[in-house]
Amino acid sequence: MEMWFSEFHTPDVKHSIRVNRQLYSKQSDYQRIDIFETPEFGRVLTLDGNVMLTERDEFIYDEMITHVPMAIHKEARDILVIGAGDGGVVRELTRYDRVRHIDLVEMDPMVVEACRAYLPGNACRLDDRRVHLHYENALRFIRRCEAKYDLIIVDSSDPFGPSEGLFTREFYGNCYNALKDDGIMVNQQGSPFYAEDAHAMQRSHKRIASTFQISRVYQAHIPTFAAGYWLFGFASKKYHPVDDLDAEAWNALNLRTRYYTTRLHKGAFYLPAFLEDMLKEVEE
Amino acid sequence: MKGSRFKLNQNHAPIHEALETFRRMRVVPFDVPGHKRGRGNPELTEFLGQKCVGVDVNSMKPLDNLCHPVSVIREAEELAADAFGAAHAFLMVGGTTSSVQTMVLTACKRGDEIILPRNVHRSVLNALVLCGAIPVYVNPEVDQRLGISLGMRREQVEKAIKEHPKAVAVLVNNPTYYGICSDLRAIVKMAHDAGMLCLADEAHGTHFYFGGGLPVSAMAAGADMASVSMHKSGGSLTQSSLLLTGPNVHAGYVRQIINLTQTTSGSYLLMSSLDISRRNLAQRGRQIFHQVADMAEYAREEINAIGGYYAFGKELVNGNSVFDFDITKLSVHTLDIGLAGIEVYDILRDEYDIQIEFGDIGNILAYLSIGDRAQEIERLVSALAEIRRRFQTDGSGLLSQEYIDPQVVTSPQEAFYADKCSLPLRETEGKVCSEFVMCYPPGIPILAPGERITAEILDYIEYAKAKGCNMTGPEDPDILRLNVLAGR
Repeated sequence: MEMWFSEFHTPDVKHSIRVNRQLYSKQSDYQRIDIFETPEFGRVLTLDGNVMLTERDEFIYDEMITHVPMAIHKEARDILVIGAGDGGVVRELTRYDRVRHIDLVEMDPMVVEACRAYLPGNACRLDDRRVHLHYENALRFIRRCEAKYDLIIVDSSDPFGPSEGLFTREFYGNCYNALKDDGIMVNQQGSPFYAEDAHAMQRSHKRIASTFQISRVYQAHIPTFAAGYWLFGFASKKYHPVDDLDAEAWNALNLRTRYYTTRLHKGAFYLPAFLEDMLKEVEE
Repeated sequence: MKGSRFKLNQNHAPIHEALETFRRMRVVPFDVPGHKRGRGNPELTEFLGQKCVGVDVNSMKPLDNLCHPVSVIREAEELAADAFGAAHAFLMVGGTTSSVQTMVLTACKRGDEIILPRNVHRSVLNALVLCGAIPVYVNPEVDQRLGISLGMRREQVEKAIKEHPKAVAVLVNNPTYYGICSDLRAIVKMAHDAGMLCLADEAHGTHFYFGGGLPVSAMAAGADMASVSMHKSGGSLTQSSLLLTGPNVHAGYVRQIINLTQTTSGSYLLMSSLDISRRNLAQRGRQIFHQVADMAEYAREEINAIGGYYAFGKELVNGNSVFDFDITKLSVHTLDIGLAGIEVYDILRDEYDIQIEFGDIGNILAYLSIGDRAQEIERLVSALAEIRRRFQTDGSGLLSQEYIDPQVVTSPQEAFYADKCSLPLRETEGKVCSEFVMCYPPGIPILAPGERITAEILDYIEYAKAKGCNMTGPEDPDILRLNVLAGR
């Protein structure tokens, strides 16, 4: 018997993963949630048929979206995480003793419920006493915050579904307003490779670049995402993502990581020529 | 319905069902339209879809004829009348403009007087140009803070009826664009006691027929005719509309009036959309509009919590000029953050990719309906919060909207067809205008044909142009010149 999960990365490109069995499948108020057990990638979480994470490669995403800003902002203590109901980002953040308070805003309680049951490697730190879970719309939550956070991590799904509101000018503006004077916002920025993804990436970069003083993009290699090539946005009021890196200080924390290093940190901001052009096009 | 040949069942949509049957019959078309189910126009078919162009067909026996309906269209009209509590309903394919025009042309002949508030839609005054009736304006009260026209007070209508006992009809906005209702039941009674018809422009009131806690609908209030924009809150296609009539209006005469100006090739896309939307409203309307009202209430609370903005609601109700308020409308007063409504409207579109219904001098209106979801409401509220943070000013130099009392010199028809000359805007002061000037939307004229041009009106036109309002009406599209009556 053959069982395969397939995802269209474009109407003409399909990515398939062999499945042993389906562990979970439910329709929430917002989306369809599935968890598969696969021989190559371990357990795989999909929302509306799009891969959100696999046990095999989630470390790349969760380390890159967390440690890059945490290495830059040495005083980051009050943190807002948006989306990320699987718990992977929170797991990385709780490794820092200095973190005082994490608000996790996830609109869909069923995602958290599913991940607690089937992805304990990600959800393991959701009960840390510093973590405060809020099940509500992120736009609504953040409207009420002013100069409250050192760091905001936006771990959304793609911009064509229920997360569309997290790629808008009004959302980025409210994030700016919710950050302290030296605050940083990091977001998953999609992929620059296929045309539709690239266009969405440009749109959101344009909006971030016109909202924050400093706006840069960095990259990582994530095998199960479209084109295996993923971007993150680094937006900041004060700190530069490379010039303000204190590698020694971060290395002295002795956090063991599997993807992130302070050398890779700098390299991740050096982008291919075609991508530099795409970003420049919308920055003017 | 009494005397109907059809067994009326609101779960049916007879035009829709007839089109589905027709599709399955695979009839060979040697009639119009010439695109022949789309085959003759592949680009159009690619764009609109085969299902859509496949039912863009002509009147024929199995599909009835809008000019003289006897089968499926007649049944759809009877179902609509039943759903809306009317004696008769007419499917209209020329927009609610055609419904309004039919009301006026049914009620008035040349030289007849018609009592109406000045903040009517242009389609009402256009109909006066066509038929030569003379408007008797009831000046609406103005809310000083918001700068918007309210409803007609009972005493004002009573006075107008007393001073113009020969008038043939009273026309009422139910509600205005902003959701404000006059005391329709009382006005109907006054009109009927004086032997006049009561006509209701319900372009913004379709949902009144299907809601709990909403203002009274024209048919429930006893009005004689009502124009209902199904394509606004009812969910049908743009340009489709319903005309409803009460028991005192002769349906056959109304049909004749409609056929004076209506196309003889009524679109089945539009008619089926009316049929399907009527069925949806009859089945689920109450629940749908309950949800829309809840969303609007939530948005009002959130917008008022931002500070500076005033999203107004039922607190405006005063028992007379605001007899009731439509809580599904989301209007926001913006002058207190130092921005004109039209400026906020432009910023929402240009900076935030949010298109709202309109912005005027002091307010914006976001249209909520059947198709909205909570996440879009959050975007709108967040964008307004951002606009306040980024763009707010001290507000100096902002005008508040004033109601300008019109001075009617001649009938709209006489002015429209009279000898005229074109003058630069500023030189028209004191002259009689022969054309319309309005901001669109909302499409309520600042000047109508036959009205005296004053310095105050010219100031207002120039201010609205400077703020970026979309001005329409005059022959000169840039509105640098106006046509005025020659020799006056």
